[in-house]
Amino acid sequence: MQLRQLAGSRAPGTDDSKRELFKKVISYMTIGIDVSAVFSEMVMCSATSDIVLKKMCYLYVGNYAKNNPDLALLTINFLQRDCKDEDPMIRGLALRSLCSLRVANLVEYLVGPLGNGLKDGNSYVRMVASIGVLKLYHISASTCMDADFPAMLKHLMLNDKDAQVVANCLTSLQEIWGLEASTSEEAAREREMLLSKAVIYYFLNRIKEFSEWAQCIVLELVAKYVPSDSNEIFDVMNLLEDRLQHANGAVVLATIKVFLQLTLSMTDVHQQVYERIKSPLLTLVSSGSPEQSYAVLSHLHLLVMRAPFIFSSDYKHFYCQYNEPFYVKKLKLEMLTAVANESNTYDIVTELCEYAANVDIPMARESIRAVGKIALQQYDVNAIVDRLLQFLEMEKEHVTAETLVLVKDLLRKYPQWSHDCIAVVGNISSKNVQEPKAKAALIWMLGEYAQDMQDAPYILESLIENWDEEHSAEVRLHLLTAIMKCFLRRPPETQKALGAALAAGLADFHQDVHDRALFYYRLLKYDVSVAERVVNPPKQAVSVFADTQSSEVKDRIFDEFNSLSVVYQKPSYMFTDKEHRGPFAFSEELGNLSIDTDLANDVVPAQRVEENDKDLLLSTSEKEENHGSINNSSAYDAPSYDGSRMVGALQPQQDLVSLDQPPPANTPASLAMDDLFGLGLPVAPSPTPPPLALKLNAKAVLDPNSFQQKWRQLPVAASQEISLNPQGVSALSSPQVLLRHMQGHSIQCIASGGQAPNFKFFFFAQKEDEPSTYLVECVINSAACKAQLKIKADDQSTTQAFSTLFQSVLSEFGLP
Amino acid sequence: MISQFFVLSQRGDNIVFRDYRGDVQKGSAEVFFRKVKFWKEDDKEEAPPVFNLDGVNYFHVKVVGLLFVATTRNNLSPSLVLELLQRIARVIKDYLGVLSEGSLRKNFVLVYELLDEVMDFGYVQTTSTEVLKSYIFNEPIVVDTDRLPSLGPAALFVQGAKRMPGTAVTKSVVAHEPGGRKREEIFVDIIEKISVTFSSSGYILTSEIDGTIQMKSYLTGNPEIRLALNDDLSIGRGGRSIYDYSGSSGSGSVILDDCNFHESVHLDSFDVDRTLTLAPSDGEFPVMNYRITQEFKPPFRINSLIEEAGPLKAEVILKNYAEFPSSITANTIVVEMPLPTYTTRVNYELEPGAVGQMTDFKESNRRLEWSLKKVISLAAAHW
Repeated sequence: MQLRQLAGSRAPGTDDSKRELFKKVISYMTIGIDVSAVFSEMVMCSATSDIVLKKMCYLYVGNYAKNNPDLALLTINFLQRDCKDEDPMIRGLALRSLCSLRVANLVEYLVGPLGNGLKDGNSYVRMVASIGVLKLYHISASTCMDADFPAMLKHLMLNDKDAQVVANCLTSLQEIWGLEASTSEEAAREREMLLSKAVIYYFLNRIKEFSEWAQCIVLELVAKYVPSDSNEIFDVMNLLEDRLQHANGAVVLATIKVFLQLTLSMTDVHQQVYERIKSPLLTLVSSGSPEQSYAVLSHLHLLVMRAPFIFSSDYKHFYCQYNEPFYVKKLKLEMLTAVANESNTYDIVTELCEYAANVDIPMARESIRAVGKIALQQYDVNAIVDRLLQFLEMEKEHVTAETLVLVKDLLRKYPQWSHDCIAVVGNISSKNVQEPKAKAALIWMLGEYAQDMQDAPYILESLIENWDEEHSAEVRLHLLTAIMKCFLRRPPETQKALGAALAAGLADFHQDVHDRALFYYRLLKYDVSVAERVVNPPKQAVSVFADTQSSEVKDRIFDEFNSLSVVYQKPSYMFTDKEHRGPFAFSEELGNLSIDTDLANDVVPAQRVEENDKDLLLSTSEKEENHGSINNSSAYDAPSYDGSRMVGALQPQQDLVSLDQPPPANTPASLAMDDLFGLGLPVAPSPTPPPLALKLNAKAVLDPNSFQQKWRQLPVAASQEISLNPQGVSALSSPQVLLRHMQGHSIQCIASGGQAPNFKFFFFAQKEDEPSTYLVECVINSAACKAQLKIKADDQSTTQAFSTLFQSVLSEFGLP
Repeated sequence: MISQFFVLSQRGDNIVFRDYRGDVQKGSAEVFFRKVKFWKEDDKEEAPPVFNLDGVNYFHVKVVGLLFVATTRNNLSPSLVLELLQRIARVIKDYLGVLSEGSLRKNFVLVYELLDEVMDFGYVQTTSTEVLKSYIFNEPIVVDTDRLPSLGPAALFVQGAKRMPGTAVTKSVVAHEPGGRKREEIFVDIIEKISVTFSSSGYILTSEIDGTIQMKSYLTGNPEIRLALNDDLSIGRGGRSIYDYSGSSGSGSVILDDCNFHESVHLDSFDVDRTLTLAPSDGEFPVMNYRITQEFKPPFRINSLIEEAGPLKAEVILKNYAEFPSSITANTIVVEMPLPTYTTRVNYELEPGAVGQMTDFKESNRRLEWSLKKVISLAAAHW
């Protein structure tokens, strides 16, 4: 209020005092105090020739007009007058403010000045006007379209001498047509026009006239252009080659996107592009602020993940510096993990081990995880296992915890190392391990290797004694399973502990723990040998741990190169609303540039997700956990237990079994278990059938849904890694060829995908005379000339025959 | 397109706030600041420069303790926005002479004027100090330049260290000299960040030089300038692995792994005589960035020896050898050593007779700092 009086009384004062006053008003505005009360006074003061004063006034008006539409009307008059001022600066400024009012019922006053602005002789005014059209569109789309402004913009875009005007027209048109395209066919056509050869070449030829920011806009447009032949591709790339040396990272990344998109269909050139862009990217990472280098590094990360072998000799660039922020280090660790191969693993792991001793705990954890991941990639496992075991001897809680989890995963993949690992793990006092994940891992190992660890039953026993203090359900679940395994191997020593564990488990308030305890209890009661088969089946080494991201998602992110998707490692639909996806969205509609050429393309996403979910499940929780859930679906309720029963339950096992229980359900339970075996157990090896020539049905049919269903239901009957001959691999440049080859041998492909060097195929085949189906997942790594097969079959007995047949067919591939 | 731009002080106050599109809520600055401040409770991790919260993407860069933030709902190019934020900071510095909370507060109207021209409706128009000059009418209010940290890429390279800026470089591109006449000056700095990793036995594991040629011109009329680089400079290392130290490359020749240039640089004669031609525009900008992984002799060599002196005590001996020609002296050197989180007390002992040396234990980030005002070659300092 005081301000208002001041404004009113001082209005006739000199410009200088007004300036001070205006400043005060604007500073209040900045810190969020509502000063809209002085609106009319401010407007009155704006009738001045002092341009500084005018600018402040425009700023003020722009801020408050939206919420005070009536008062905004007051400003129209002087703004319109200013739009005709002699000074082009004032014309431009007034026009900008006029368009920024954001008041819907004032749009009629906008059309005239905007039209004049677009035709103004001064480029500054045209620049303002071309963005002004876009502002008008957002206030009232119909007014904008009715006045035919887009057509005028198009004309200006193709003819104006000033590059910034051209760039502004392009941005406005892109936004307007992009939004209109869904409702108007004409707009959709116009939008495609932007991608026509003529328009693209027009922009490309002028590219050096544009400012660096406008260049980014043009390059973004060019990335969506689909050239007609390879000569054109090379022309465009040669023209843009020097943009890679630009100091502005945004220009370089936009150029890289163009290169990558153009060469997607040309495998070898695409690879050369990677080689070419490597250096500029590394330079950008090391110059500029940490924030800028983070943005570039995220993109580098994406490329490294796609083609690790190209970057494998640059691994030293991914070493962390101690003063880098954690988010940078994390990316670098992931890249180090990805580029590890035979020749550099030693160096990388040595470096990572240094980080593991870091005082920075999150960093140390990440480093240990990275070491473990490299081990799982199976390079130089020998040395790595030794190092991991050394970590355990460092006796730092977080290091031990992280390492235990890794050792567990390693053992699942390389059971042959169990001896060395167990010796060290056995020395760890369970009291020093507090983190649930680590504790669960330790317990898993105690159970799994109970026969090799002298103290296993006693350690488990002491853990069970502290059952009530164990807060993590995960740990308690593992404890139950481990004690079961231990019991089955060393019954006399474990019996007591088992009884205690089951009793405690049954009394547990956590549903899963309770159910699992009950399940084990009934299982033991039913038949110990069945229990043995459920809890301690012969295990197959896990060959591949699941990738957390499906290749579908990865391809999407790659298509959205040079956008936030890369930084977040999520495709844009996961973090933006539809209407804000902006110019990036339209690359999807415009021709699917993805590598998949397979006809059955549509099935792939679902399939992959399915696959992933399953693998994920296996890697996060133990296989056995699948069993625990059966009780949830079984028909009967868990009997209620009270304290007195629990005391009884602490008696030896025989007693436990004879505890009076609702007697029914032996049969249904065992049936349920049979189902379970189907899921978790490779069926007991049947006598190997004579390698009779397996005849396959050449016209086998299977629809994707039933494939999926079968894949889910059937156990893996055979899992193998085989080497491929190099000719075959080189012929793989187009997956189609392989599919045709397999088809020639009556093996059909249902889905395929991936990109060099990793391809994934799902095949199926049927026996000639009966509807017995074989399903194959085949992951081919063309860099290593290796293929990993997972075969599932309706008729398990002939798996071996089929597997042999499949391998021989695959190995013939590529041979003349 | 960018929705909002704002500058926050270290305490989270809005210094400048500009809304370009009105599609992000007004309280975004507060939301942002709270999120950054409490990114992870154990404050071990810093907030990344880009994050998404309820559909709004927040970008930020830290410049001299101030947070420059942009928000958008769109899926923009992160490097474009972060580059832009950095550039806005540089433009503001060009105009104000110095960038600090105080100078921003005093000149916020000028800053608004700049922001209006830099972006329109969230689209970048220009960030060229030169071009902007014709649109800007406010005069900067110059703040005292004493003891203000320098800005720009230069500052980034000397993280933490105090590099005293010459007062001349902190004058505004538009302010008039008190004497009325403009001084014809140009400043060219070469800033190199040398990263070397030694193994515990003193063997060099990795080494890299990241350099910038930084220029700030106050010349009127933008005359053409030629920068001649070493004749024997070559770029790229052909097919050789960049870490191939064995093939000793002839003495003296400099091999850049890669470099990039500012857009005003013409490279017409670069291939012939290694000369860069440019008409420097007003304001500060990097003429060239380059990267070298060629083998070189690091200027310093640090040696550390750790001994456990008791159950709760460790003794560290740090030695710093200067290995550059005696004709050169090195100024304001800081040696930092991270310490374990449970460090409670640190005692230091400098070599007797050490002049201009200081040691300090920074409790907040568990760092030991040893600063040396001046180091002359061959005089190994240690404590």
